[in-house]
Amino acid sequence: MNAIEPKPQRWTAFANDYGMVLVLLFLIAAFSVLTLERQSSTGADAGHVVARNIIATHGTSGTVVVVAGLKPPDEAFLREATDALKAAGVTVAATIGGKPADARRTIEHVLQEGHSIDAIAATGDAANWSIYDRIESVGSDKCVSAAPTLWPTFAKSENVLNVANQTAIYAIIAIGMTMVIITAGIDLSVGSLVALSAVATAVFIRDTGAGTETGVGLMIVGCCVGMGVCALAGIFNGAMITRLGIPPFIATLAMMLMARGLARRLSDELSIQALPASFTWIGGAATFGIPNPVILMVVLYAVAHFVMSRTVFGRYVYAVGGNAEAARLSGVPVKRVTVVVYTLCGALAGLGGIVQSSKLGSGDPKLGLMFELDVIAAVVVGGTSLMGGEGRIFGTLIGAFIIAVIKNGMNLMKVGAPEQQIVLGAVVLLAVLVDTLKRRGTAH
Amino acid sequence: MVNTVDTAPLLKMSGIEKSFPGVQALSDVSLKLHRGEVLALMGENGAGKSTLIKTLGGAHQPDAGTIEIDGKRVDLSSPMAAIEAGIGVIYQEFNLIPALSAWENIFLGREQSGLLVARSDERSRAAALFERLGVQVPLDVPSRQLSIAQQQLVEIAKALSQDVRILVMDEPSAALTPLEVEKLFGIIRELRSQGIGIIYISHRLDEIFDIADTITVLRDGRYVGDAPASEMTRRLLIEMMVGRSIENEFPKQAAEIGDARLVVTGLCRGAAVRDVSLEVRRGEVLGLTGLVGAGRTELVRLIFGADTWDSGQITLDGQRLNINSPRDAIRAGICLLTEDRKTQGLVLCRSVRENFGLPNVKHLSVFGVMQQRQERGAFAGYVDSLTIRIPHQEQLAKNLSGGNQQKVVLAKWLQLNAEVLIFDEPTRGIDVGAKHEIYQLMNELTAQGKSIIMISSELPEVIGMSDRILVMHEGRITGEITDVASTTQENIIELAINS
Ligand SMILES: Nc1ncnc2c1ncn2[C@@H]1O[C@H](COP(=O)(O)OP(=O)(O)OP(=O)(O)O)[C@@H](O)[C@H]1O
Ligand SMILES: [Mg+2]
Repeated sequence: MNAIEPKPQRWTAFANDYGMVLVLLFLIAAFSVLTLERQSSTGADAGHVVARNIIATHGTSGTVVVVAGLKPPDEAFLREATDALKAAGVTVAATIGGKPADARRTIEHVLQEGHSIDAIAATGDAANWSIYDRIESVGSDKCVSAAPTLWPTFAKSENVLNVANQTAIYAIIAIGMTMVIITAGIDLSVGSLVALSAVATAVFIRDTGAGTETGVGLMIVGCCVGMGVCALAGIFNGAMITRLGIPPFIATLAMMLMARGLARRLSDELSIQALPASFTWIGGAATFGIPNPVILMVVLYAVAHFVMSRTVFGRYVYAVGGNAEAARLSGVPVKRVTVVVYTLCGALAGLGGIVQSSKLGSGDPKLGLMFELDVIAAVVVGGTSLMGGEGRIFGTLIGAFIIAVIKNGMNLMKVGAPEQQIVLGAVVLLAVLVDTLKRRGTAH
Repeated sequence: MVNTVDTAPLLKMSGIEKSFPGVQALSDVSLKLHRGEVLALMGENGAGKSTLIKTLGGAHQPDAGTIEIDGKRVDLSSPMAAIEAGIGVIYQEFNLIPALSAWENIFLGREQSGLLVARSDERSRAAALFERLGVQVPLDVPSRQLSIAQQQLVEIAKALSQDVRILVMDEPSAALTPLEVEKLFGIIRELRSQGIGIIYISHRLDEIFDIADTITVLRDGRYVGDAPASEMTRRLLIEMMVGRSIENEFPKQAAEIGDARLVVTGLCRGAAVRDVSLEVRRGEVLGLTGLVGAGRTELVRLIFGADTWDSGQITLDGQRLNINSPRDAIRAGICLLTEDRKTQGLVLCRSVRENFGLPNVKHLSVFGVMQQRQERGAFAGYVDSLTIRIPHQEQLAKNLSGGNQQKVVLAKWLQLNAEVLIFDEPTRGIDVGAKHEIYQLMNELTAQGKSIIMISSELPEVIGMSDRILVMHEGRITGEITDVASTTQENIIELAINS
């Protein structure tokens, strides 16, 4: 035996470790190319450009109306263009965000009041409306809009943030699922726990607080109740598995049914809407332009990565999954570790439920249906072996994003839902196949 | 030896190369085996013995080199191809299906149609095989319930049941006691007289001189030399294997023996362990021996809390211990190196470093956070002192050679710094050089006042290293030898079989 290289890393080892990252980057690149199209010019930058152009061609003495549609970036366009024009001393007779009919009505109104319109500052989409030619004394030639840019719809910042925001909840739950699967277990109850947590939190806030007026303190207590209930469910799962020897699949299947039933009973099958603004802030708002669930996800992943790779607990989790008997004979409290893992998984599912209901502004017993499958898919695609003992927290994050990117990309390309399901199924199969081949490669 | 000179050898391997990521396991290895010859393949742990025979068994594809049988080149692209070429291999690590019974495993893949008649026929053929081996193995229990030695016997029976022309045995005796080894040798001699060529791997030198016709030595994946066994001396062989000479194979230095430390009274568990009492003193190595199935392993598992006992009492330094799990035992300062490293000693899919740290997390962590640098440092010390061959500490445990795996298990328990160390077959599959290191470590431990219980089936080792020997039979202690210096292997065997 001679060491050929000082470092173990060859390209195969590299592909093993980072293959999933490469797949994700490839998908991002592919969807970027496939969705490359002329972007109608809207948003703050376009507003600024249009204002500048108008001032350059018409001077600052004219009268202008600003027109845009109803999409979120249109709002920024309106604000930016209006502010810039006004700051330069241009008269802005009207700022219109709406449908073509609204624009027409407002423009006609402006004309009736005796203004003459020198220019129309419009977004790319609004400039294409046919209304202008139908109004006397204006024409589409009065429209000024910024030149359209060539940019992938997929890579637009709203889309990217949107994908991240939607993935966050699955990714958060997948942390617990990764730990469970590393112990060679499975947790089918997470989807139901999402609903249970959402309902328990909402009911608590409704019944003990003042509905939408509930204070922050009580709201936080409510969230703790929601997560606590789910953690208890996790303890119950763990106890069934370790004390009674029930296979994880069965124990958590039972919990999946029971928790869903409990959520429906607690909520009387109704969606509970009366929630305070502080609650909807968690999942609905953004900090520094980044949606709060995404921030929460990033923080949780950093913590989970540390726990799994650097702490005694992480070491124990891998050992339990890799060889429970050898772990026990090395002094690892196998049962306790298992119970803690299921408890964490339950609590994180509970947190996922809070984020989800906060995003939607309601505690609904139908939340989280089939989440367990998406979450397990993310873990498996992320390279964690169902045989236990192997897997990485960040792999799961990558896995969750691979699935989200495929879904989003297909949406943008207008692939139908049934086809999407077929593709996702194939992706999961492929991931397991890669795992199996890897295993065969290292056997003997 | 039926050696026909003028015809081509039965098996000729030439220029075999094989590398794994970061490891050149074999470079330019050649080997010749004749009909009716027993060839002993020797070398240190990690020398490449198992890798070589895996290329013969079709489990690994060599990177370069040729294999000829009867002068004709063969392509052993799969285990099936090897079986068809008449090659039977008993691997070092077993390949039994845990849920299947002994006889089902023996005929796995070669079942006659699923008719009941055929099945009962297979069962009785398995029984006949075991009879021929002169051993008793429960036929119908799932093989996961069999002891290591019994599993080994099933593997041997399995290879015998195939019509082989070349039989390869990778450390078949590692888990067997002298009596079973003697039976195995009887079989080997019979096969040899039928003209079957046999490759035999073992780290027990006595056996080699007993059974081998020729000896081939590998070191660091290279061919070092070969010679007829009759022209080889023990000393020369060790030097060829290790690259240096070892003066005294059992460098026992008796420590000062003090008061009793671990005292076990009236320990019982079903029929496996019956009313066992024993004590180990400060600075003492207590040898525990007996036949396979005598209850030695069962006994120490009870002491370690791996199984629950029916009745009995254990005290350490006069303090009564309440041990309900291995965790409790480890806390109390007792460790157990288990006999089966693969299923009980290692988490195979994790790195050797992680395996090393597992029982030692308490000392290698601060507020629950592993101190990886400390862990690496500590492990590096053992890598040196036990000459563990690994390309780096992140190597997965499953990629190590058998003996190196054993050394990792040993390292993890030595690091624990326990007061009472129980070693169940500590040198199983370990080469002479490393054995020497381990014996010296045992000397150091006893000099520090620790107590050691050593289970071993290798009688020279038991006699060479123990201060006192207990012999077990059918779950009871049937004999004690206090004057180890003047005892003989025959003495011990007598105590082990009488009831
Ligand atoms: N699958 C593998 N991946 C990486 N390295 C391997 C693999 N299998 C074997 N090796 C390495 O190849 C070398 C030779 O191993 P091999 O098992 O042939 O040794 P051995 O002579 O049988 O030793 P022992 O006496 O301990 O059984 C060792 O260094 C081992 O770590
Ligand atoms: Mg070997």
